[in-house]
Amino acid sequence: MTISLGHYLTVAAILLTIGIFGIFLNRKNVIVILMSIELMLLAVNINLVAFSAFLGDLVGQVFALLVLTVAAAEAAIGLAILVTYHRNRGTIAVEDINLMKG
Amino acid sequence: MNSVFILIVFLPLVGSLIAGLFGTAAFRRISIDGTPEGHDATSAHQPVAGHEEGHGGGGHGTQSTFPQYLTSGFLVIAALLSWYAFFDVAYGEHTYKVEVMRWIHSGGLAADWTLRVDTLTAVMFVVVTTVSSLVHIYSIGYMSHDPHQARFFSFLSLFTFAMLMLVSADNLLQLFFGWEGVGLASYLLIGFWYDRPSANAAAIKAFIVNRIGDFGFALGIFATYKLFGSIELDTLFSAAPEQVGKTIFFLGGQHDSMTVICLLLFMGAMGKSAQFLLHTWLPDAMEGPTPVSALIHAATMVTAGVFLVARMSPFFELAPDARMAVLLIGSVTAFFAGTVGLVQNDIKRVIAYSTCAQLGYMFAALGVGAYGIGMFHLFTHAFFKALLFLGSGSVIHALDGEQDMRRMGGLYPKLKLTWAMMLIGTLALCGFPLTAGYYSKDAIIEAVASAQGHVAIASLCVALLIVAALFTAFYSWRLMFMTFHGSPRATPEAMSHAHESPPAMMVPLYFLAAGSLFAGLLFAGSFMGEEEGLFWGTSLYRSGDNNILAEMHHVSPYIVAAPMVMLAVGFALAWLFYIRDPAIPKRLAERHEPLYRFLLNAWYFDAIYDALFVRPTLWLGRALWKYGDGRLIDGVGPDGVSARVIDVTQRVIRLQTGYLYHYAFAMLIGVAALVTYYSFTGVH
Repeated sequence: MTISLGHYLTVAAILLTIGIFGIFLNRKNVIVILMSIELMLLAVNINLVAFSAFLGDLVGQVFALLVLTVAAAEAAIGLAILVTYHRNRGTIAVEDINLMKG
Repeated sequence: MNSVFILIVFLPLVGSLIAGLFGTAAFRRISIDGTPEGHDATSAHQPVAGHEEGHGGGGHGTQSTFPQYLTSGFLVIAALLSWYAFFDVAYGEHTYKVEVMRWIHSGGLAADWTLRVDTLTAVMFVVVTTVSSLVHIYSIGYMSHDPHQARFFSFLSLFTFAMLMLVSADNLLQLFFGWEGVGLASYLLIGFWYDRPSANAAAIKAFIVNRIGDFGFALGIFATYKLFGSIELDTLFSAAPEQVGKTIFFLGGQHDSMTVICLLLFMGAMGKSAQFLLHTWLPDAMEGPTPVSALIHAATMVTAGVFLVARMSPFFELAPDARMAVLLIGSVTAFFAGTVGLVQNDIKRVIAYSTCAQLGYMFAALGVGAYGIGMFHLFTHAFFKALLFLGSGSVIHALDGEQDMRRMGGLYPKLKLTWAMMLIGTLALCGFPLTAGYYSKDAIIEAVASAQGHVAIASLCVALLIVAALFTAFYSWRLMFMTFHGSPRATPEAMSHAHESPPAMMVPLYFLAAGSLFAGLLFAGSFMGEEEGLFWGTSLYRSGDNNILAEMHHVSPYIVAAPMVMLAVGFALAWLFYIRDPAIPKRLAERHEPLYRFLLNAWYFDAIYDALFVRPTLWLGRALWKYGDGRLIDGVGPDGVSARVIDVTQRVIRLQTGYLYHYAFAMLIGVAALVTYYSFTGVH
């Protein structure tokens, strides 16, 4: 069995779905949300790389690298916010973070 | 001459504006701190620190004195100019018209701001500015302990300006402007001590009762404009004879037009001059400072109604029925106020009712067509009534604000000068021979008596007026005796403090006393004697068959003697009641308890009006406020709308959970929806 484009796309779609559900079903803490976001970005990366190989266009892989950079920066900032938040409010449980409630 | 009139009228306004804008505590606060303070009115009782440079007087912790001296100085100048103008206009037989500015030109209505100066105006100029300047000077002494002197003097001058506008009006609208201006100043000054609830109530009462009269006055102006197409006095007077016999539709029927107009105008005069039925505000107005009572509620503003009727004499000459109403109301007022004055205990109220009665006399004279005599009584009355008020102010000042005559008595040794001044005022008021009142008041009684041939009710009126003269004599002497003679009823402490007033208060009294003594002697010939026609010129009009002045020399000697007899009887009774045997009044009051109560409560007019008008109006207003405005308008309008908005938003805010994953979910759904939409429609 050869691994075709369809397989890559399926994996990426599964990853994305897991990421999305990771955000919504997670009631525990914010770190899981950050991880889910990483997962979704990875799914996007797989898509980009897969199409790049399939179409023989390097731009897709360049774009994937860009996304990786952004993901790293985002993770850094997200974790920094988390640390500060924990220091200020003593919790990072998603249930407790509802200051914007109307 | 034109600039003289301009100065007379506008000097008080300038003084008022300067004193009011730059003299008050609020202004000094601004000039010291650079910022106004909102709570100025409440904190003004504290001494105001510091002074603006050049405002003179005093050091730290006192008020600046420039407003007092500035306004008084301006008024003295205006008074001197007025006397000059008086002799030029009245004895030089000139009339002047000074155009100040174009005012209102709208359609057929033309009302220019023009000073119309004829003898009638000149007489009023003299009365107003003389009394006003003396009252200003008097107030420097009387109000010296008050923290709001600048405001007081500003209002006094504002009043003077409005009154001068009123008497120099060339059209009815301008007259109405002055009319309302004096009403405003009266309101402000009655309520001058605004921290007293009774003063505020009295001010509001005066304002509202005057509005009732003004309503009639305004209707009268409208009717005049409708019939004549103009409100300019000259046009009206020349066109008036054509209106005789014509009718106007009013109150559901056709009525004689001149009668309707005159009665409506007279309604305004009744309100302003506190005549019977609309008199209730005048006694209450005594809540104001005493100089105000002297200036506004004795000498000038309350005589505006008399002036109005005299000014409109060409109208009233053509409306005999209206004049009969004037005569009747005047006589009834004189009688009514006299009866009430008999039993009042507040020294100022006695004089207030006496003012009411004297105004009644003036109207009685106008009612029989003796306009000159009515104006003459106005002229002399201004002197002696202002004298009486300022004299009583001096007594009140000496006793630290005590106004109840039951706690006076025996003040003669302490206040000899004030006593002498009050004595002169009382003599003039009662019509003692050769004093001012003797000429004018007796002439009124004679004029009314001589009208018996033409006017049906004149006999009744002359009887009322003669009885009123008895009352006048009695309560005037009662006031003198209760205040100055008998045994002292004040506390020994108050008696030991009683002192003669400072010169600033006494000097005006001397001038007014001189006026009370000699005004009659000097001017009787001009106002109502042989030179009367020349003196008044065209300012007063009497139709051809009005020979009242000639006829009044032929009245029976009993009528001529009656006022003298009444004076003697009144004096004797007062002496008997209050010096000889002070127990008599008490016994009489006990024996005729209902009658005494009836008089003490001024015929229960206040109670009747309260039950008839005030309470229903309050009830209606409260109902409209609570149910009409509160429930209906607010309930359906703003409150209802806002309640519905809140209902909706209460539901909407549930969407705003504050949980991150909800927002992310909404975002995702949104993105999914957008993507779906564009994948079906395609991107353009």
